[in-house]
Amino acid sequence: MRKILAVMLILSVLLSAMPALSQDMVELRIRWYDDGNEGEVLRDLLDRFQMDNPDISVEIDTVPYRAILENLPLDLAAGEGPDMARVTDLGGLAEYYLDMTPYLSDPAYWEENFGPFLNWKRLPGDDSSIPGFMTQLTITGPFINRTLFEQAGIDVPSDMSDSVSWDEWAAASVAVAEALEIPYPMAMDRSGHRFAGPAISSGAMYFDNMGHPTVMDEGFRDMAERFVNWHLDGTMHPEMWPLSEGYAGANEEFANAELVFYMSGSWQVGQFSEQIGDAFDWQTVPNPCGPGGCTGMPGGAALVGIGATEHPEEVARVMEYLASQDVLGEFAARTLFIPAHAGLSAAGVDFDTDLQLAKDSLGVFVGQVGTLEQTAFDLQAYAFNRALFDATRDRLTQAMVGELTLDEAIDRIQDDVDTALAEQG
Amino acid sequence: MGGSGREPLRLLNLVEPITRPLLLIPVAVVEFILTPIQKRVGIDKMGYFFVLPNLLIFGIFVLFPMLLNFYYAMTGGTKLFPQDRPFVGLDNFATLFDCEDFLSPNSCQEDLFWRGISNTIQFVVFQVSGIVLFSLVTALVLNRKIVARGFFRSVFFYPVLLSPVVVALIWKWVLQHEGLLNAIVEIFGGESKRWLLDTNWAMFWVVFVSVWALMGFYTLILLAGLQSIPPELYEASSIDGANHWQDFRFVTMPLLMPTMFVVLVLSLIRAVQMFDHIFVLTGGGPGTRTQLMVQYIYTTGFSNQIQLFGLSAAASMVLGISLLILTLLQLRLGNQSSLA
Repeated sequence: MRKILAVMLILSVLLSAMPALSQDMVELRIRWYDDGNEGEVLRDLLDRFQMDNPDISVEIDTVPYRAILENLPLDLAAGEGPDMARVTDLGGLAEYYLDMTPYLSDPAYWEENFGPFLNWKRLPGDDSSIPGFMTQLTITGPFINRTLFEQAGIDVPSDMSDSVSWDEWAAASVAVAEALEIPYPMAMDRSGHRFAGPAISSGAMYFDNMGHPTVMDEGFRDMAERFVNWHLDGTMHPEMWPLSEGYAGANEEFANAELVFYMSGSWQVGQFSEQIGDAFDWQTVPNPCGPGGCTGMPGGAALVGIGATEHPEEVARVMEYLASQDVLGEFAARTLFIPAHAGLSAAGVDFDTDLQLAKDSLGVFVGQVGTLEQTAFDLQAYAFNRALFDATRDRLTQAMVGELTLDEAIDRIQDDVDTALAEQG
Repeated sequence: MGGSGREPLRLLNLVEPITRPLLLIPVAVVEFILTPIQKRVGIDKMGYFFVLPNLLIFGIFVLFPMLLNFYYAMTGGTKLFPQDRPFVGLDNFATLFDCEDFLSPNSCQEDLFWRGISNTIQFVVFQVSGIVLFSLVTALVLNRKIVARGFFRSVFFYPVLLSPVVVALIWKWVLQHEGLLNAIVEIFGGESKRWLLDTNWAMFWVVFVSVWALMGFYTLILLAGLQSIPPELYEASSIDGANHWQDFRFVTMPLLMPTMFVVLVLSLIRAVQMFDHIFVLTGGGPGTRTQLMVQYIYTTGFSNQIQLFGLSAAASMVLGISLLILTLLQLRLGNQSSLA
């Protein structure tokens, strides 16, 4: 009896292993999140790739954005990650990326077209690896509900001047909200990244002479004070920052015409095109100005190969296809994303929308690239920028509800960043 | 042949003859595995083999992670694997307890940890009291012969079946500025309020929502306790001329006390571990007003870009030890009161 059981056990193990032995198709997995319709577009593009490459199957695992920020790093550290992933913590995860250079048929194409953004995905001291490409370049900036300005009979400040300050926008937004009894004059995404643009415009340096991150300057304090006060006096959406954990946006409020001025970024254009369409006139306006400039923050998401993949050659083949000018151009056109590709930037993208509001918005964002300050680029390229952004977000929130004074909050931001960097080593 | 020398127990002999054919194969497999073991160790020691699977599961999924957590608490850095992490001894605990004044979180190096402790204590006191009180009252009412008793028992238990995320979202819609509660307040001439933005109201509402969501479970336990009290005791007390209050004071409460302690211990453990309802309802806000210790542990270890597993593990050990002390204290008090 025991012998029969032993033989059955061995047979069952062999049988279960047989499908794996006989399979010659490589299955690759992409960990992905969606802002709009990009997952759908990617699936369509990959289906075409699979038709021409029957030896590769690509599965997209779509997860919430929070899972990309919190779970993916743990999976990668444990060596359990996917073959490719769409990430926004570009430098923070650089140690896990696959350098695809040996597997690419034309590495020079990547340097030529993605060159300025490759450094965002490299470890300090690395100036040659090719870990992936930007699925989109993003630029932070404000949206306004122009229809509300018109209904209130109040001039849009950016129509009158090329250099509008934050205070002028705040005053105009409050006036519109009061005139029409709109609940929220202004809102800003609950994100230290979103706050950074206005802070740099106010003169924040973000790095000391040694290149160490710092928030201990007047420029940062000036914007932080203004921002906290706007929450206290009701200029800013009073619940979004104090009553959230992690990232929060005001998309719904803006789409429902309950918000006059919304500081967010270019990735929202696709969503607003679908959600709002032409129900009212929404538009992007240039970033407000201060003594440090009129800057937003650059950023974006990248599709990267993961170093722990068992199929680096196949990963590189998929990436070469997706990063090719035609395919990436189609991806940008259909998703309404600004491409981070030199060839496409030169040739221009014919965005796949009939909505003039969306085209105009994208035009303003593209125009903003030239106004971005060097500090903004440096901060985006800094590998541990999220530690700085998260501390800014959480500590300023504490100042808004009176748990900390503004100066205590700024001290705590610096302390949090210093402690985290010391642990990082 | 080792053991006691008794004949091995035949499992099939214990089964009713009518069901024997159905159990023939499974019992044969069990006997095939266990008989040689029983012959070797003897029937007296077979109990250890029966609890072995459970012990293994407990060891792998509870004991081993606890020991691993203990080790992580003694290490620093940001690496995930234990072998890559430098040993720092009690440094993480020293960081947590580095405080000028424990009653003033802002004077502590890890101010958020102490805010979490302070909030957790307040939450536990109010939430556990609320649960015990409302569950008891509800159980007493539902134990009486009222109209539609079955319906009301289901109604009170229903929130327990809901996902915490659903519960929190429902209440978030009720409590938001343009929500149901403000609509009712305005109908009665009151002024609408941002209920979750007010630091005092926020704590009230997270306590209220968690009591609402969980009390059905504890009501059920207390109801079972009430129904196990022999009716003869109430008849006897009635013959002695006792009124309702005296029934409750001298019959119900003493006999319900063991069940009450179960409710107290379970609700206390659940309250200290509370995370889901609050995370969705307020995100720990406004600011950190409703951020409990578990959220601090989660944020420090997993949510931040630079994940401080050591500090997070140390905080979770402090939480675990506090919980252990509280539970032992309660059991001791329970034993004392039952002896008295």
